[in-house]
Amino acid sequence: MNFETVVGLEVHVELKTESKIMSPAHAHFGAEPNMNIHVIDLAYPGVLPVMNELAVDFGMKAAMALNCEIAPITNFDRKHYFYPDNPKAYQISQDDRPIGANGWVEIEVDGKKKKIRIERVHLEEDAGKLTHSDEGHSLVDLNRQGVPLIEIVTEADVRSPEEAYAFLEKLKAIIQYTGVSDVRMEEGSLRCDANISIRPFGQEEFGTKTELKNLNSFNFVRRGIAYEVDRQVDVLLSGGKIEQQTRRYDEATGKTLLMRVKGPANDYRFIPEPDLTDIHIDEEWIARVRAEIPELPDARKERYINDLDLPAYDAMVLTLTKDMSDFFEATVTAGADAKLASNWLMGEVSAYLNAESKELDATALTPEGLASMIKLITDGTISSKIAKKVFKELIDNGGDAADIVKEKGLVQISDEGTLRTIVTEILDANEQSIEDYKNGKERAVGFLVGQIMKATKGQANPPLVNKILLEEIGKR
Amino acid sequence: MTQLTIDEVKRHAGLARIAMTDAEAGMFAEQLEDMIGFSNKLQEVDTEQIAPMTHPLPLYNVLRKDIATDALDREKMLKSVKDHEDGQIKVPTIL
Amino acid sequence: MTLFKKTATELQSLLHNREVSVKELTAESLNRIAQMDGQVQAFLSTNEDQALAKAEELDKLPMDGRGSLFGLPIGLKDNIVTKGIVTTAASKMLEEFVPVYDATVVDKINEAGMVTIGKLNMDEFAMGSTTERSAFKTTHNPWNLDYVPGGSSGGSAAAVAAGEVPFALGSDTGGSVRQPAAFCGVVGMKPTYGRVSRSGLVAFASSLDQIGPITRNVEDNALLLSAIAGLDPKDSSTSPQAVPDFRAALTGDIKGLKIGVPAEYLGEGVSAEAKNAVMEALKVLESLGAEWEEVSLPHSKYASPVYYVISSSEASSNLARFDGIRYGYRAEGVQNLEELYARSRSEAFGDEVKKRILFGMYSLGAAHHEDLYVKSQKVRTLIAQDFANLFEKYDVIIGPSSATTAYKIGEKLEDPLTLYANDILTVPINLAGVPAISVPCGFSNGLPLGLQIIGKHYDEATLYKVAHAYEQATDFHTQTPVIWEGK
Repeated sequence: MNFETVVGLEVHVELKTESKIMSPAHAHFGAEPNMNIHVIDLAYPGVLPVMNELAVDFGMKAAMALNCEIAPITNFDRKHYFYPDNPKAYQISQDDRPIGANGWVEIEVDGKKKKIRIERVHLEEDAGKLTHSDEGHSLVDLNRQGVPLIEIVTEADVRSPEEAYAFLEKLKAIIQYTGVSDVRMEEGSLRCDANISIRPFGQEEFGTKTELKNLNSFNFVRRGIAYEVDRQVDVLLSGGKIEQQTRRYDEATGKTLLMRVKGPANDYRFIPEPDLTDIHIDEEWIARVRAEIPELPDARKERYINDLDLPAYDAMVLTLTKDMSDFFEATVTAGADAKLASNWLMGEVSAYLNAESKELDATALTPEGLASMIKLITDGTISSKIAKKVFKELIDNGGDAADIVKEKGLVQISDEGTLRTIVTEILDANEQSIEDYKNGKERAVGFLVGQIMKATKGQANPPLVNKILLEEIGKR
Repeated sequence: MTQLTIDEVKRHAGLARIAMTDAEAGMFAEQLEDMIGFSNKLQEVDTEQIAPMTHPLPLYNVLRKDIATDALDREKMLKSVKDHEDGQIKVPTIL
Repeated sequence: MTLFKKTATELQSLLHNREVSVKELTAESLNRIAQMDGQVQAFLSTNEDQALAKAEELDKLPMDGRGSLFGLPIGLKDNIVTKGIVTTAASKMLEEFVPVYDATVVDKINEAGMVTIGKLNMDEFAMGSTTERSAFKTTHNPWNLDYVPGGSSGGSAAAVAAGEVPFALGSDTGGSVRQPAAFCGVVGMKPTYGRVSRSGLVAFASSLDQIGPITRNVEDNALLLSAIAGLDPKDSSTSPQAVPDFRAALTGDIKGLKIGVPAEYLGEGVSAEAKNAVMEALKVLESLGAEWEEVSLPHSKYASPVYYVISSSEASSNLARFDGIRYGYRAEGVQNLEELYARSRSEAFGDEVKKRILFGMYSLGAAHHEDLYVKSQKVRTLIAQDFANLFEKYDVIIGPSSATTAYKIGEKLEDPLTLYANDILTVPINLAGVPAISVPCGFSNGLPLGLQIIGKHYDEATLYKVAHAYEQATDFHTQTPVIWEGK
């Protein structure tokens, strides 16, 4: 029997505000334990939450970027559960009136476009962090308690591990473009759980789902789903039944392991938060936030294809992250040819970043620097080969390509007379090669070009060398 | 009328994280039944068209600017904590 | 001793004429507590050294710029957090809890130059109406020590009635300022919800709680409310409405005032003496030019169940934070986290608190969420509408503050339902969020009775005006219990 994979994703994204969502403590990542705390975060007797306006703006912005409808009236609710990382024993979240609902994200897998529907986007506060010791006890750090979060819940529209991967990549790009989050999975500012089930093709009813946690990279999401689907298929084919479970992905083995069997649905005893007011969102507020949303990846991609004549693949890769896309645009604005800029960013620049494990903004390369180099290529001042030397200098130390070329004497020799003299000298010294060529050994030309390049320290204009070389051989 | 069993009281006490003996649960069962009985009177009110009142006053959009200020001093915080280690709050084994 | 029989204004002029110092006023309060509190048991703690030191500092300040409450002693209900001073909410859970911040009302009384004398007894977490539910002591009614002072702000009302302090703050979730004020023959105001910041008030039921002043006379009460009221950025539910100078409202002129008297407030369950006292009071008000009519609050009979469902639900939520981890009582010798939670909460909460938490859990659980919790919120809407309807025609609504005079200590411990039913006179006010004041309106068998005057949202000024006009036309507020003289 063939089974269809059915996946819904729940993604938590930390919002990049200065202060927490309900308290004025700092919200940034990486402080010493319990240094970013406020009496409100500790849930001391008598403290009251006060809502951070920017967190609401950010939640709204993210929801809009995900094509959600914005609730005209929204409110916060208390979601109750006891745990040491949850000091009030309730989390302030949103129950039946989330800030955004009914959105979608378009993904493309194997050239096929598809919309993944977003059920809801809601605002809530993050919990603290628990570290479990070997001796059995746990330690509580409340720095993260109260950091603003949005939870993004998809409909069960994802049909393969690849679609989940593509969705997360697109979601990450969109959120990053809006500027509301760093979306760094390694710092926990983006976290993902997957609800996974399978059903025989053609069956409408959903199968029993398992919830998969501890997915710490997009690759683990992809592998975790794939493993879990295989596991469920095995269970069903061997006559078993899928049990409602929470499972965790084990990075070492690539397997999913049972965490707990889910009982009846959790009863969180939601109540509207009496300590916070409702939020009324009017057209003016919506318009203000909408105006702050920059051009999003899909729109940019279309523009690159239509206005800059980039291939679809280039446009897709360049728009995956906002810093790369912004860099590309600035390079083109600085006068570079779009396709060449794309080639360099996707090629040499990306290779360099991967090799050095660096972010683009941590290098010395500027869009102006890259553009200056591309312009020298375009006008024939330097060859692609020389350009690689110039590029190394630009990305390590910065500066302007023309200056580097001048300083290091890297200007391309494009003067026909000069080149012809050199070609003649090389031919005089390599009569055997001319003989070989005339006897049909094409390789001989390569050897001769190499000799010419060596003699010019690589600065000879390659197409011109080829042309003159063939002319001169023809004369002999 | 609702018959509240000792088990049911103990289930609610468990959800509220309050340890309770059977005898205590029995006492609370009686008291809670009284309260539930007294509350059942509400069912006679027609509230078909009535919206729930969640806040006594119709305030909305009370928000603060995103400014980080006055942190709670960690040492001060730890003074109220019975068990701590390396600036963190210590809790016993989580099952 | 007559010092604390004087009004704040009179004490201020004594201070101004250097006939008395802040330190002497503070010492007077501490002396009276030393003398009387062994019997009354109103205070859970006093901060003698700090109070005297502060008094000395205040005495050094120039006369100019001193406000109307400058240098006057005040006691605080022990659910109002005070930085560096143990705040227990009368619970074993917080027996050793030292707050690291001050409640907004504490900031405000400090700005006014008042001297905090100590922390006052109450029912544990404000759950109760007799102050017998304190984990630490039972407060006695100064008018007759065999009787309760009412509650939950029983310590606050008793301390003022005994002249231990001229001012106290209480909190009122379902009548917890007004009923003890009535039982103790003093003035107690439950302001409009949102008038006074709840920041630093240990939460019982967040949509109902409100801090209110308890004083010996209406003018003092108006002064104290003016000092503590106002928008607070730390409490999103405080109102941006401007706070008037409530003393300016005390004109004595209530000609043409329209009073509604709900039939339900003079019906079954209300004692003959309470009814009579209200009828006598209405005559006084008529003689001052007011008019009254009988009206109806048709949904008030549902107010008690609505109140208990909502307040217990919110309490179960608010009290969940007391888990023995970050502060408060922590059970000894626990093996694991679940045991830490269950034993800490079991050992440190009293039975009344446990019962309310259990009822809250029951009301919020999936099985009854709709028919108890949501239903109560809907009926709450109807109760609030009843008041809104009456206030279209009437300036104030009047009735008794309590169905009877104070109970004997121990009398109602086994009869919670009667206590709950008595709340019908006070809880609808909290449910609607409107203000109400209780002023002394008579005695029965030597125990005081209170007149409750209920007003429109934010119209405490009218309540003070009516209460003051009534007070000035009567002499109940001038009487003091026998114990006052130290006998």
